[in-house]
Parts: sequence; structure tokens; C-alpha cells
Amino acid sequence: MKKHGKFIVTLSVLSIFLYSATAFCLSDAFKNNIYNPGSLKPIDSILKVKVGDSAPDFSLPAVVGGKISLGQYRGVKNVVLSFVPAAWTPVCSDQWPGYNIVKDIFGRNNTILLGITVDNTPTLFAWTNQMGALWFPVLSDFWPHGAVADRYGVLRSDGITERALFVIDKRGIIQYIGVGDINKRPRLETLVRELEKLEK
Amino acid sequence: MNTKTRKIPMTLATIAIFLALLHYSLAFGSNVPPVKGDVLPEIKITVPQNATDRSYLGLERNGTFTIPQIKTMIVIIEIFSMYCPYCQKEAPEINRLYSIIEGNADLKDKIKLIGIGAGNSSFEVGVFKKKYNVPFPLFPDEDFSIHKCIGEVRTPYFLGVKINDDGTHRIFYSQLGKFKGAELFLELMLQESGLKKER
Repeated sequence: MKKHGKFIVTLSVLSIFLYSATAFCLSDAFKNNIYNPGSLKPIDSILKVKVGDSAPDFSLPAVVGGKISLGQYRGVKNVVLSFVPAAWTPVCSDQWPGYNIVKDIFGRNNTILLGITVDNTPTLFAWTNQMGALWFPVLSDFWPHGAVADRYGVLRSDGITERALFVIDKRGIIQYIGVGDINKRPRLETLVRELEKLEK
Repeated sequence: MNTKTRKIPMTLATIAIFLALLHYSLAFGSNVPPVKGDVLPEIKITVPQNATDRSYLGLERNGTFTIPQIKTMIVIIEIFSMYCPYCQKEAPEINRLYSIIEGNADLKDKIKLIGIGAGNSSFEVGVFKKKYNVPFPLFPDEDFSIHKCIGEVRTPYFLGVKINDDGTHRIFYSQLGKFKGAELFLELMLQESGLKKER
């Protein structure tokens, strides 16, 4: 009976795994250069900010050169921070290229998108080059490693970040936080709905 | 609890797991793309609400349809994603393929184009359609169920399906990317499907 019990538990775990196996679709733009880390723990950090808080300011190097700070948009534009876990991984590689074709949606909501990962700048340069010309800045939170992600509470225990979206209004107040399953791309409509709520 | 009674939950659990695994394998199929000569796995797609798309595909009723139910001889399926840079870049050229076919009286009823947005919601497919003015029907595959059926291919991926008079069908083209332009691709479709000889 105990042996059968173990067998059933194993089968149950297997069947649950099969049902919840990560699904993603890769663009051929990345050829065979994407490293698949497999299915990861959906969320592995605890948020340090909440909706209504003032967004922690930061200044990070941009792939195109120079530094970009959150504060420079205060009073000018709403901001979306899109943290993606790591360059050259499956779901991340198919997230920003989608945002790249909806510049008009960000524009009509007076919002800038800032893409952030903990990869270093050269890695981000090579990776984002495969996505075509991105209209939004991509920032490296490489050193001190993941410091900005950590201040927001989205740095995971293995040093990568959550797949997280923060919508910050022109006053610098966090209006929306979306930290979803790292293995899944967030639906675009959720973000668009949040953008449309913002004061322009 | 006697031995017989104790076995009941175990048996039920085993059956449940077996059914779950069976459902998984039927629903998601293998992860190998279909090859030339194969039949398509049964893909059920919701009939478009848009009358223009319904008319283009020759579908009259609501509910779902399968590819061989499209009223034509050749169906070209593009597996795309709104998030795929190549799909974005090639969208205007694929629109041109559609225009060439629709502008040719001899071909327009014989070849139809559809797109399936792997992992894309209706909203995301709508964004892609609007952004690139895609004139042919695009369908969402938000839960990747179709994408899994056809081997979790990278995008863009093209499938050519020939539908015979008796309702049977065969895949005559199954290829990742390599869209080298509307005219060349159309020529390839005509040759590979055998439609060129029949004209």
C-alpha cells in the first residue's frame, strides 16, 4: 500500500507538471541562441513597495549610452518599468518586441517604457539587437547587482528578477504593480487597461 | 477499512491520473512539427464574428471549424506572434501575397491565407492586425493549444494544406520562416501543392 501510495504521488506530481508545463513561442529572430532554464518557481521574492507609494528613484546605464533616472520623468511623463528576468531566455525574448509595436498606445497615454534586466550592458546590446530597433530605453541593473530590482522587491534568490511591471504616474506614485508567474508573459491588455487609467 | 475498500481511492486516483495524461497527450499532441504528406492534427478554431472573414473562408455558421472545412483548395497557415520581430517585419510582404492572390481571378477562390497567433490573446492578435493592416483572418491561440499540436514551432512558421474534393487533406508544405517575398512564395505554393499543373 505504501509503495502504491508513493507511486500515485509520483504520478500525480508528473501529471500536474505536464499540465502546468511552461508554454512559450520563440521567434526565429533568435535562432538557436535562447537558453531554456526550464520551468521556474513562479514568484521568488517579496515586494518592498505597494500601490500608492512613491516609486524609489534610480539611475541606471542605458544600452544606447548614458544614464537614465526615473526622476527625470517626474512631472513630464508616466513611466512603466518592465523588469524581465534575463536576456537570451524564452519568455523574455518575446516580451519587449511586442511592446515595440505599441508605441502609439504608450504615446497616447503620455507614458515612457523603461525595460530593465540585471544583465550587463554588452549582453543587453547583443540581445536587444535581435529585436529590431526598440523605441524605448533598455537599462542595465547589473552593478551593484540587481540593486534597483531589490529596492522594488523583485530580485529573486538566484540573482535574476521577477517578470514585473510597475506603472508610475507623473507624480512618481506607483499606480499598478504586476508581478506574475515568471514562466508566462503578461497579457498586453492588462497593461493597456492600466495605462488608460492614468492622467495624461 | 478492509483491503477492498482501501483499494478504491487508489484505483480512482490511478484512473484520474491516467485520464489526465491521456487528455494531455490528445490535447497537446507531440512536439514534432507536421511534415509534408501528413494530415493536420484536428485543430478547432472559433468561426470569426467578422462577416468579411467568414465570407473569405466560406464559413456560414457560428461555432468552430477545422481547416479542411474552409471552402478552398489550398490553405496557407502562418503561425505567428505579435511578439515576434520577424513576423512584424514580414507582415507587409505577407499582406502583399494576399493581395496578389485576391487580385488573380484564377487563384482567389483556390488559395486562402490565415494566421494563428501562438500564445496571443484576442486583444494581442487585434493589435497586430491593426498595426499591419492585415487583411486576412487572424486567430488567437492564447493557451498555446494549437501551437502545441503542431510541434511548438518557432515563428513565423508556414503550413500549406491541400484540401481534396472528397474532403480529405494533406500537408504539402511545412517550413520555418524562409519567406523570401510574395511572388517567390506563391510560386513555391503553386508548385508544391500541384496547383500549377492543374491550372
